[in-house]
Amino acid sequence: MTIEQPKTRVGFEHDLQDLQDNLLALGSMVEKAVVKSLEALKQQDIGLARRVVQEDNLINEQRFAIEEKCIHLLATQQPMAIDLRTIVAVLQMAVDLERMGDHAEGIGRITILIGDQPLIKPLVDIPRMATLALDMLRRSLDAFLERDIEKAKQVCIDDDEVDDLHDQVYNELLTYMLRDPRNITQATYLTWVAHNLERIADRCTNICEQVVFVETGRREQLGASKY
Amino acid sequence: MTTQETQEQTPVAPAVGVNGPVSISLPTDIREETSERTSEEEMIALETKSLDMYYGDHKALEDINMRLAAKKIIAIIGPSGCGKSTLLRVFNRMNELIPGARIEGQVLFNGQDLYDPSVDATEVRFRVGMVFQKPNPFPKSIYDNVAFGARINGYKGDMDELVERSLIGAGLWEEVKDRLKTNAQDLSGGQQQRLCIARAIAVEPEVILMDEPCSALDPAATLKIEDLMQEIVSDYTILIVTHNMQQAARVSDYSAFMSTEGGGKPGKLIEFGPKDEIFTNPKDQRTQDYITGRFG
Repeated sequence: MTIEQPKTRVGFEHDLQDLQDNLLALGSMVEKAVVKSLEALKQQDIGLARRVVQEDNLINEQRFAIEEKCIHLLATQQPMAIDLRTIVAVLQMAVDLERMGDHAEGIGRITILIGDQPLIKPLVDIPRMATLALDMLRRSLDAFLERDIEKAKQVCIDDDEVDDLHDQVYNELLTYMLRDPRNITQATYLTWVAHNLERIADRCTNICEQVVFVETGRREQLGASKY
Repeated sequence: MTTQETQEQTPVAPAVGVNGPVSISLPTDIREETSERTSEEEMIALETKSLDMYYGDHKALEDINMRLAAKKIIAIIGPSGCGKSTLLRVFNRMNELIPGARIEGQVLFNGQDLYDPSVDATEVRFRVGMVFQKPNPFPKSIYDNVAFGARINGYKGDMDELVERSLIGAGLWEEVKDRLKTNAQDLSGGQQQRLCIARAIAVEPEVILMDEPCSALDPAATLKIEDLMQEIVSDYTILIVTHNMQQAARVSDYSAFMSTEGGGKPGKLIEFGPKDEIFTNPKDQRTQDYITGRFG
């Protein structure tokens, strides 16, 4: 007969749940920032772009708050095994998410730089890249929430599609530059936008690697970026 | 190598020990036992095979199979009553002092059966020293405490040198060298525990068993003992039982998690491996539950 023992570390469990909730909140802030930055670019909405730039501070603060909580838990709870792996993973994921926020901010700044100059081409592939990257972001956080390794690995496979689109956008913009040197400035700005989106997708694969680490203790490079 | 073969190669000799630590029948050079290794670089000092341990009718340990590498620190963790201290005492036959205690299975020390009738338990305890939970210096001087074991053995070497070497080895010499004749019980708890380690070292054992050696010490004294363990492990195999998981994680090379299915049930070895694996990525859910503090 196994003796039933009372559940222990209820407070610590609560803190870990809290930490995960805070990370998901950070993910949600980043998602909104990316959506807004693309919207600002497409609509050439300078006001919205400025808000994206300003609100990046909130994302930074959320990251620091998560890091503080992680440090506090490490110092006071001496976590072991899966608890330790979870906290270390959250620390790294918070950094990746915050950097994604920086990429959204970058898109906002580019939008401000472009200003009200007419766009040299209709934006088709860049919004597609954003849609794919945002989908990868949501699914990578879902994979963490559900501790689902297979889901995490699929996200990394899908990163190739974003990389391909990035190449396509780059090549297309090169042709615009070759056709008319007056396009060079804006075309360069738009390659930066594509690069920012490619980086966001790539950082999603970092999150997925953390999911594998939390579940298995193994460190694996799941998605090798071309860039 | 079987027990029988070992005995043929190393005939039983009486424990005379006039000029040094007592000579006994157990093989001394573990490097000869090349067949017993955990990895290419590690020799096995102690090994249990299908070990069961009984106190009368009560089975205290069940089916313990471990191979303990020489000159490493091995920590044994687990909840109270899981048989950690019982297992520790198996390795120097201390359980025999309890009436009705017996083992089944095998315990090998450098490849030889520790419980073979030809092996003298007293000799085993010289080769496998022990440090207890509460510092237990004898009510004698610091010097006499360290010299105690060697005198019993009839040590004829330079006793002053042995005492100094042992106290240096235990990291206590600088603190006590000017008052070797004062009573050991006047020392602080941490100093007393290091004195007990010096006393254990003085008979030049191969293995030192430590049964919660820091549980009665403050954090500073605890860290001194831990530092000391790291320093002396190049010369000794150290087995430590501890309730302090952070201590096990800090000091050990290998960790063993023991548990029991309930009150009165025998203790079992649940998981044993390199400490990094045990504390960051244990394989068994019961280990994970214990070290993360979830017992429910």
